[in-house]
Amino acid sequence: MKLDLILRVTTKAILPFILLFALYVHFHGDYGPGGGFQAGVIAAGMVILYSIVFGVEAAQRVISQRLVATMVPLGVLIYGATGVISFLYGANYLDYGVLGHDSKHGHHLGILLVESGVIITVAGTMTAIFYAFVQRGR
Amino acid sequence: MSVGLLTSVALAAGAAQAAGGHAVAAKPFILTEHLPILIVVIPLLAAALTAMLRNGRVAWAISLAVSWILPILAVMLILQVEEKGIISYALGGWAPPVGIEYRVDIVNAFVLLIVSVVGAIAMPYALRTVELDIDEPQRAWFYAIYLLALTGLLGMTITGDAFNIFVFMEVSSLAMYVMIAMGRDRRALIAAYQYLIMGTIGATFYVIGVGFLYVVTGSLNMADIALRIGPAFAESSPPVMAALAFIVVGISLKLALFPLHVWLPNAYAFAPKFATVFLAATATKVAVYILLRFYFSIFGSAISLTDLPITEMLLILSIAAMFIASVMAIYEDNIERMLAFSSVAQIGYITLGIALANKSGVAGSVVHLMNHAAMKAALFAAIGAILYRVGTARMSELGGIGRTMPLTMAAFVIGGLSIIGVPGTAGFISKWYLGVGAIEHGWWVVAFLIVASSLISIIYIGRFVEVAYFQPVSEASEKGSDPPFSMMLSIVVFTALTIYLGLDTAWSGQLAEKVAAVLVGGLAQ
Repeated sequence: MKLDLILRVTTKAILPFILLFALYVHFHGDYGPGGGFQAGVIAAGMVILYSIVFGVEAAQRVISQRLVATMVPLGVLIYGATGVISFLYGANYLDYGVLGHDSKHGHHLGILLVESGVIITVAGTMTAIFYAFVQRGR
Repeated sequence: MSVGLLTSVALAAGAAQAAGGHAVAAKPFILTEHLPILIVVIPLLAAALTAMLRNGRVAWAISLAVSWILPILAVMLILQVEEKGIISYALGGWAPPVGIEYRVDIVNAFVLLIVSVVGAIAMPYALRTVELDIDEPQRAWFYAIYLLALTGLLGMTITGDAFNIFVFMEVSSLAMYVMIAMGRDRRALIAAYQYLIMGTIGATFYVIGVGFLYVVTGSLNMADIALRIGPAFAESSPPVMAALAFIVVGISLKLALFPLHVWLPNAYAFAPKFATVFLAATATKVAVYILLRFYFSIFGSAISLTDLPITEMLLILSIAAMFIASVMAIYEDNIERMLAFSSVAQIGYITLGIALANKSGVAGSVVHLMNHAAMKAALFAAIGAILYRVGTARMSELGGIGRTMPLTMAAFVIGGLSIIGVPGTAGFISKWYLGVGAIEHGWWVVAFLIVASSLISIIYIGRFVEVAYFQPVSEASEKGSDPPFSMMLSIVVFTALTIYLGLDTAWSGQLAEKVAAVLVGGLAQ
């Protein structure tokens, strides 16, 4: 059990940086390469690494099946609802221009909101797929 | 600033103005301006909501509410189109042809109506059958998947962007694979897998075709492509021909044109009962619409299609479907598979109208989209009810079922008569238009073949009617009795619709003729 000490300590040390990198990719998505999809996969990678080293039960104590199953539709709702907000300003669906004090700011905010939906759904889906594979035959 | 902004976003439009500092003046939300997007977004958001709530009953209630709202929106769209002409909705405020455009004319408004009405009528049927077919933990997911399939089908129909069609095609197809795979029978998995492979090939072909079109026209907006494809074809014809070939073959896979129909019988037979009713009535119809759009509105507007062998190929394959699939249906013991083969034959009639390419023929195709949806939904719903009560759809075990399930079998007989094309039922109207179209075209033989193939359908429908009414009540049939009210409601409404569409053609026929006029006349600019 204790043979993989280095692995366990390194994993624990590296986890917050993986999440930080995921968020970095996420928040740079609207101006640079990256975005919610890539960030979601990286964030899910954190969960996958954790469950490979510490076991899937330990991972599910932190990120439960229920949470994962909620994340998948939640992201879609956030994305869709962002478009609906444009309605309130009388603009067309997903027209971000009206969200900010000017069109540029509005698009910035709109993309960020939509990408937040994407990161949640993608992270949830990747984790759900991983859990489904790990639990096969159990 | 951003905090103030977020709060203003959370509030209604009136409050947003009070937050101040807005360069863009808030204008009120007018429902009628946003109909094209609402008909897609409502089921999409409802799908996410049902998946979040994870309760079978609540999910059903939400799906029912959504399914009943959508036909209202579809009717409003048709009225708007009749009044003002083509509606164009620029998504995200990006003007077409650069941005994605939802473009509604009478053609896709008609298909939207078919899909949404089928969903609305089928929804009560779902309550009991889904309880039987799907275990509670998955029920909410099943309804979420159904709503996604609905979103995809409506999206495919309403969008004016060729690539957007592909995206919605994937949304609806993936949802359908899952719906089919959730069937109780273990063979449902294989059926779904088969459909997955065939459907993916179809979608790939379609997107390759769209890629060719994009290369030669530089546009993905269908109205824009239609304008540019003529000059592009004059400049260099091979890529346009390749695009036509890829798109027609790809969509033919999706609409199960003979001999690309192999995935269909098992998919319909082993899917959950509700999924069978819904998919049989909608999925192939939307694929036919896409074919109509590309064939007439895009390629037909630029190229003389009669110069290409495509008309003959469609004609031959349609007639082959009408006969071979009907004969296959005769030899089928499983009634669901029998009806599925009958669907392949009926699709043959629809593509036959496309091959005729005159107004009556295309009107026959278009009206058959609606008529076939009504009658096939009635038939599959009736068989679903028999499965629900008796647990088998094998003809050999269902002797005398007409005596223990009288109402259900009555619905089946009416649906069956419509398949045959007896006057007074919806099927007659479609075949009438097709026959007139064939004669106008001078193809007397084809008109004769339409009648001849109808005679084959008498055999397979008649076989089950004989078993159900004239054989002694079998062991299995003794367990039968008419299904619960919620299921009976859907069966009765579908059956009534079959008769109504056969008797009163004032609006369905006129609408179909208008649609055909738009299609045959090239893309309405």
